[in-house]
Amino acid sequence: MIAALALAAGIVLGFVLRPTVPTWLEPYLPIAVVAALDAVFGGVRARLDGIFDSKVFVVSFISNVLVAALIVFLGDKLGVGSQLSTAVVVVLGIRIFGNAAAIRRHLFRA
Amino acid sequence: MSVTDDEPRRGRFRAQFRVRLRGRHHRAAALIGVLTAVLGFAIAVQVHAHSQSDTLSTLREDDLIGILDNQSARADRLRQQVASLQQTLDQLEGSGNRAEAAQQQAQQELSALEVLLGTVAATGPGVVVTIADPDGKLQPEDLLDVVEELRGAGAEAIQFGPDRVSTATAFTGAPGAIQVDGLALSSPYVVLAIGEPKTLDTALNIPGGVAGVIRTEGAELTVSERTSVTTTALRGLPATKYAKPAR
Repeated sequence: MIAALALAAGIVLGFVLRPTVPTWLEPYLPIAVVAALDAVFGGVRARLDGIFDSKVFVVSFISNVLVAALIVFLGDKLGVGSQLSTAVVVVLGIRIFGNAAAIRRHLFRA
Repeated sequence: MSVTDDEPRRGRFRAQFRVRLRGRHHRAAALIGVLTAVLGFAIAVQVHAHSQSDTLSTLREDDLIGILDNQSARADRLRQQVASLQQTLDQLEGSGNRAEAAQQQAQQELSALEVLLGTVAATGPGVVVTIADPDGKLQPEDLLDVVEELRGAGAEAIQFGPDRVSTATAFTGAPGAIQVDGLALSSPYVVLAIGEPKTLDTALNIPGGVAGVIRTEGAELTVSERTSVTTTALRGLPATKYAKPAR
């Protein structure tokens, strides 16, 4: 509940303030967002499964973001930044879909 | 004993544990809230930034090179187009100038011809010739001679009495009742001529010239040079019945 409210508040704040993304953050922000989304979907799924642990959520959220940023950073340094970004997005997308499917089964029993 | 003794202590432990647990729970909830808020903020910022930024920044190097080539080729084509259009513009402007000059020249010719034909009033330096013939001795030819002499001396516009002299002007009648183009003249006859005053004066008064002839016939001719003479009598534009411009 708090998480949903905070998410909505953050979105509203972002659209109201409209800050410009600093250049050094530009390549990492989209990947970090996707990674964090993965953590959020995982958290929702765990909550519905009844095995939600705040510590696990917080750690997975932060580590997801950091690892995603690290992979993009490394890829940029190795000259395969765009490919690795794609790979990260694909992997995270698959996980998000898996979690979304689990959530769907919980909510709609289907 | 030990049980009753233990009971309150155990309860206190439990309460402490519950408080600690609740504190931990609150902290975790706050942390989760902060993280999700940051996520929402990041989503909004990224969506906003992406909708703003151009699509080129996400393209690969090969694509960018291709696009650059396309743009260069397009720029070249447009430059060529600009050059050819500029040339056309120059040509059109040149022809426009030529047409204007031709029109100006035609206008000048028109004005000159209008003066020479006598269809417009003319003004300029010239002479006023007064011919007094109280006894009616002068023949029509004598007056024609005056006109011819003025023409020969370069008069550009001549007005004889009430009549503007042109190529079709005719002096008719008899001494004392002379007509010019059908208009009756009476002495003294006043002739206005526009041209170089000195030349006109000299041409009329040359020894043995028109003035001399008129004096021998018993009339009197005086010439007065003027810096400005205006011929106000006008002629209609002569219509040609047979002749047409040959091109």
